[in-house]
Amino acid sequence: MLEFVHNHGREIVTLTAEHLWLVVVSMVLAVLAGVPLGIVLTRRPKWKALILGSTNVIQTIPSLALFGLLLPLPWLGVRADRLTITALVLYALLPIVRNTFVGITGVDAPVRQAAAAMGMTSREMLWHIELPLATPVILTGVRVATVITIGVATIAAAIGAGGLGEFIFRGLAMVDTHVILAGAIPAALMALIADFGLGLIQQVVQRRIH
Amino acid sequence: MSHRSEHVVEFEDVHYRVDTGRELLSELNLAIYPGETLMLLGRSGSGKTTCLNLINRMLVPHLGEVRVEGTATTRWDVIKLRRHIGYAIQDVGLFPHYTVEQNIAVIPKLEGWKRQKVALRVEEVLQIVGLPSREFARRYPDQLSGGQKQRVGLARALAADPPILLMDEPFGALDPITRAEIQREFKSLQRKLAKTIVFVTHDVGEALLLSSRIALMESGKLHGVYAPQEFVNSSDTHVKPYIDAFRISQQILQP
Repeated sequence: MLEFVHNHGREIVTLTAEHLWLVVVSMVLAVLAGVPLGIVLTRRPKWKALILGSTNVIQTIPSLALFGLLLPLPWLGVRADRLTITALVLYALLPIVRNTFVGITGVDAPVRQAAAAMGMTSREMLWHIELPLATPVILTGVRVATVITIGVATIAAAIGAGGLGEFIFRGLAMVDTHVILAGAIPAALMALIADFGLGLIQQVVQRRIH
Repeated sequence: MSHRSEHVVEFEDVHYRVDTGRELLSELNLAIYPGETLMLLGRSGSGKTTCLNLINRMLVPHLGEVRVEGTATTRWDVIKLRRHIGYAIQDVGLFPHYTVEQNIAVIPKLEGWKRQKVALRVEEVLQIVGLPSREFARRYPDQLSGGQKQRVGLARALAADPPILLMDEPFGALDPITRAEIQREFKSLQRKLAKTIVFVTHDVGEALLLSSRIALMESGKLHGVYAPQEFVNSSDTHVKPYIDAFRISQQILQP
């Protein structure tokens, strides 16, 4: 085992970095898309069924199938990383959109009523009241989405986007447990660390918000 | 369109119904004078709160018109209208992520007041509601008792110095001792503040104590408007039950 790590150390680091890059880019994009989408849902309840429904449906598509489905698309299918990131963003959307919506609509009715009756505009209410109070719930969504994304990103290797999945698929082909673990252990660690780190951030925010 | 009017708030033939078509308010005509405290008294569901919500355009009448300072609420810029009117409710609705100070400063800040002016005003209104700023300004709402929350709610409503105050059973959830204390203080505040106050209550004692006039609401209609003394002496079949209920609670005290 140690010998394996010694021989493949460089590769483990490279693939971990690739993996991390895929996850970070995807999560940044997912948050940038998901939080505004969640906010839109609170302002246009009619779209709720459509948007939550479709993000839900995406979640049920097996990841390999989703990669396959995106492959023929013109701009996306050309490069494996674009395709992977698109798929990862799509998977990450549901928890983020849903938690943004739930967090904002979960703000106490009297708080909302007071804010409106005092003469806050919808935008002021969003920035000063709703988003700060919804942040812990939104962060929970981001946390869940991050862990999912770290897991799903291993499949990206199947279409040549790199990441720790390389080891896993190679190990499966070679029937070599060491190689599989070289991919699986760093991925699991990454998920644990991300979960723990985001949990800490959440606690800090929670304390500040009361 | 502005009417010349000595009334701060006027309801003219106002009807309000919910989506299902049920009328919550019908044929409401009522004028509120500057500087008075008008108590909307009635049972739950009689339309008192609906009246309040029509004044700051949280609701809009289906028929008729509600005028604030002579202008129909629908012709006001709604944000301007609401910042012109203080609002305090039973649930208070303090912002839990803001300190007392920040809660009170919300509207002055949004109105673009200078920092120093805001700070002075926060101190001033905290003093008005009887909370020493040094002790309370930095606290969060969950570090306050029910009575203190209610005081902060009132301070917040007063912050931008609005000429009109709407109060929806603001003391309803307090224990009787705290309630009596706040009522007494509020009574002396009324004179100092010189604001037009519309106050919703189902507590006859509170209505008699704090009102200039009592507007009795009965299932979505205004039954009548009375001076406190007039209310006590009325033989009206709708007024009597309130007075009787009130007397029963008083009799226990008199041997």
